[in-house]
Amino acid sequence: MSLKSRKIILNKLLIYFPILILFISVFSEFDFNYLNYKYFSFNFPFILIFYLSLKRVEFLGYGYIFIAGLFNDTVLGFPIGISSLTYLIICGFAAYLKNITLRPNLFKDGVYFLVTILVANSVNYFLLVLFFSIESNYYELSGNIFFSFLMYYIFAYILDFYYKLAFRKK
Amino acid sequence: MVTNREDFVIAIRSAFLKKDNKQRFSLIGLIFFSIALIILSKINLPAINYLKGSLNEIVYRSSFIVSIPEKKIQESIKIINEHYLVYEDYRATKKKLKDLQLQSKKYEIEFIIQENLRLKKLIDEYVYNSEELIAKVLIDKKSPFLRSIIVNKGTKDKIELGMAVLDGSYLVGKIVETNYSTSRVLLISDLNSKIPVAIEPGNIQSILSGTGKSDGKIQYSQNEGIIEKISIVYTSGSGGLFKSGIPIGKINKFAAEDENFVKYFSNLSQLTFVKLVSFKKENN
Repeated sequence: MSLKSRKIILNKLLIYFPILILFISVFSEFDFNYLNYKYFSFNFPFILIFYLSLKRVEFLGYGYIFIAGLFNDTVLGFPIGISSLTYLIICGFAAYLKNITLRPNLFKDGVYFLVTILVANSVNYFLLVLFFSIESNYYELSGNIFFSFLMYYIFAYILDFYYKLAFRKK
Repeated sequence: MVTNREDFVIAIRSAFLKKDNKQRFSLIGLIFFSIALIILSKINLPAINYLKGSLNEIVYRSSFIVSIPEKKIQESIKIINEHYLVYEDYRATKKKLKDLQLQSKKYEIEFIIQENLRLKKLIDEYVYNSEELIAKVLIDKKSPFLRSIIVNKGTKDKIELGMAVLDGSYLVGKIVETNYSTSRVLLISDLNSKIPVAIEPGNIQSILSGTGKSDGKIQYSQNEGIIEKISIVYTSGSGGLFKSGIPIGKINKFAAEDENFVKYFSNLSQLTFVKLVSFKKENN
C-alpha cells in the first residue's frame, strides 16, 4: 500500500471517527450509569450531535444522525422515529446558531445547547407521555439535561482538541 | 424590524432546507420522515412492525457486542472495589447467602401454609404446570425512561408475551416484546409495571407499581393502614398471568409514613442470568 493511499485511509478514519463514536454511544448508551450516582447521567449523543452540527458540519451527514436515532429507539425500546426526530431537532437548532453567529463563543454555545436540549427533551417527553402513554421519570430526565449541559463544555474542549490534532495542517 | 424578520427567515431556511456537499438529505425532509414514522408506529402499521422487528434483531446483537468494552470497564471497577473489601465482603456474603436461603424457604413455606388453609375450603382447586428456560441478559440499560433488559431467548425458543421472569425464586419482570432470537423484559421497577400482589400476613390484595428506582410502591389497596412492617409481598395470581405465591419483596415502611414501599428481594441492576417461566393451569 502506497504512502498516499495510506494517508487517504487515515484521513477517512479521522473524519468518520466521531460518527463511529456516535454509533457506539447509541448502541451502548454510554452514560456512566454504573457509577450508581443518583440522578447522574448525561446524553452523550446529544452533545456529539450538537457539536458536530455546530462546528464540523462538513463531516456530518444528517442521514447518519437519522439512522443513529432509529438504533437508539431500538436499544431503549421506544416507538420508532422518536430519537431520530429529537436528534434532528438538535441539528436544526445548531445549524440555526451557526448561521446567526459571527464570533463563536464556547460559553454562549453551551447556554444555547441547554435551551436546545430542553426543547428536544420536551418534544421527546411530550411524544412518549401524551402520544404513546409511556410513563417516564421527570426528575431523572431533568438531572440528565443538567449534567448533559455541564458535560458539553468538557466534551467540546476534548473534541476541539481532537480536531486540532487530527487536522492541524488544514 | 422587517430586516430582523428577514434575517431570521433566511437563517431558518438555510438551516433546515440547505444541503451541504456532504449531505444527501435536507434536515426538514428527514424531520418530516421521522414524524411520519412516529405516526405510522402509533397506528401499528404492519410494515413498521416488520421494520422494527428487523432492526431489533440487528441492533440487539450489535449492541451486545459494542457494549463488551463498557461491560469490561464495569467489571474492572467492580473487581478493584471488591479487592479492597474482599474479606469483609466474603463474610457478609456468606452470612447473607445463608440468611437468604433460609428466608426464601421460610417465606415460601409461610405462604403455602396460609394458602393451603384458604384452599381447603374450595372444592374445585387447580394446580399450575410450569415450563422453565434459562436466558442470558444481553443488554441491561438503566435509561431515564424505561427499566428493561434484553435476553437471548426469543420466539424460536417458544418464548411468549407475558411470561414471568425470575431471578432464582424471585419475580423480576415479564416478557413484553419477543423477536426471533431475543426478547425484552419489562422489570418490576419500571414505572409502567403493575403487578397484582398479595401481602402476607392478611392476604391483602393490591397492585405493586414500579417507581423507576430500586423499590416498588403498593397502590390501590383498601387496607393500606393495616399492612404490617414485616409483611412480605407475593404475586396474587389475579389475572392469570403469574401463579400466586412468587416472592417479590418485603414492605419497607420506614421510607415514608403514609405510603408502603417494597424492597425487592432481587437486585435488579445485577442480573446476568434469568429464568423465563410460563404457567399453565391444569384442572384436577
